[in-house]
Amino acid sequence: MVHLEDALREFLVELVRLATTQVPDDVVAALRKAYEEETDPLARRQFEAILRNIELASSSWAPVCQDTGTPYFYIKLGDEFPLRSGIYGVVRDAIREATRKVPLRPNAVDPFREKNSGDNTGRYTPWVEVELVPGDRLEATYVAKGGGSEAPSIVRVVPPIGAERRLREIVLRAVVDGGPKPCPPVVVGVGIAAGAEQAAVLAKKAAVLRPLGQRHPDPEVAKLEEELLEAINKLGIGPHGFGGKFTALDVHVEYAFRHPASYAIGVVFSCWALRRAMGFIRPDGSWEVVSHKIRR
Amino acid sequence: MGSVREYHLHTPLSEDDVRKLRVGDIVYLSGVVVSARDAAHKKILGLLEKGEKLPIDLRGLALYHVGPVARRKEDGSWEVIAAGPTTSARMEAVEADFIAKTGIRMIIGKGGMGKRTAEACKRYGAVYAVFTGGAAVLAAKAIKKVIDVYWLDELGMAEAMWVFEVEDFGPLVVTIDSTGRNFYEERMAEVRRRLEEEILPSLGGGK
Repeated sequence: MVHLEDALREFLVELVRLATTQVPDDVVAALRKAYEEETDPLARRQFEAILRNIELASSSWAPVCQDTGTPYFYIKLGDEFPLRSGIYGVVRDAIREATRKVPLRPNAVDPFREKNSGDNTGRYTPWVEVELVPGDRLEATYVAKGGGSEAPSIVRVVPPIGAERRLREIVLRAVVDGGPKPCPPVVVGVGIAAGAEQAAVLAKKAAVLRPLGQRHPDPEVAKLEEELLEAINKLGIGPHGFGGKFTALDVHVEYAFRHPASYAIGVVFSCWALRRAMGFIRPDGSWEVVSHKIRR
Repeated sequence: MGSVREYHLHTPLSEDDVRKLRVGDIVYLSGVVVSARDAAHKKILGLLEKGEKLPIDLRGLALYHVGPVARRKEDGSWEVIAAGPTTSARMEAVEADFIAKTGIRMIIGKGGMGKRTAEACKRYGAVYAVFTGGAAVLAAKAIKKVIDVYWLDELGMAEAMWVFEVEDFGPLVVTIDSTGRNFYEERMAEVRRRLEEEILPSLGGGK
């Protein structure tokens, strides 16, 4: 199956290239809308610089941000897709190739030896999550997660009594503690679950995978998202801390059923430069990008 | 806040050039900008401590907190592809010393800096300005030429000291001026007040 492995690698490199250089349409639309509604002159200047940068990156196929992020691959592996555990090796080869070709900044550092691997691979890097699904396709989403916006992320496990109120306070305090540092306007992901790591994973996926402007299908959850977004945007931090109406572009909440005794809350941020690309590949090696119209 | 004051400045910056700037002003800078992150700060201060000369005189120049993505072209010259600012707070511990010893007049980064830097700006006549975080290609387009790069092998691409010639690099928003005012500290104090007095008391979710 050498042929399919080559096609998969080529497909994944293209996703990395698109995500790194072309900010997705939903994010650009949210930034444009914020710019149009903003009246504060300093905040408007920040939006102008952000939107101009997005255009320049797009037209010159250059990385939107010099921090080309930590690589995340979210894969939905069809039951009849011919490659199985072999995909892990292909993912590593793809990120190595993308590091040279896009190019990406080498961002994988061994925390014990403080050594950068130089090619964005390392222990658990890139981060790969595989979900088994029916069908014969492999669907992949690549996310380039900026480092600066990880800093204010938190997980707290609180007693269930009073947890709904605590959740609101925890989210708002995390946004304030981040201040201008996570490159606002941010996208805030909130996860609720039984265990700490579940809450963090759900929060991360809520922040980076769900398109902006799309509410949770459960009306109760959607209501919380709107309440949090409104409260965050009253803070007045604004784009890069220069004030105005848009500290967050959106808030996405995701949940798992919790344990009767525990209520875990995760809060994860994305900077405004939310970078993701999605597509699928068939068993014959043909592939399509869904998230972007390929412009070359 | 009403209209925004805008300046087009050129290095070398004089003390008068920067003393007239106030928080909230926007600067477009032309001339020579030198990059330094954590490792280059350490290196530069270490050399000065030993009484050694720096490879370039930093007086009147601008310092940029950046780890660029650059590519060497076939003729050996450098092309800067992406060069947005990195978080300045990491340099807070050493920046006051850096200002005092190098005579730098402007520091460019993102996310703001603290009290010691603000005091040094006041005392020695310097400002701290913010370039839009993540706007890496916009910054790269303002870099017209890589004049030189020092300690590339020793510190790596992101941490080396790059000497850039820039043209109309901006918008750079002054957030610490030479009167010692710190825009972000003032704004975040107001944000915290809103949180505690207005937003938290009106939240849903019960008691």
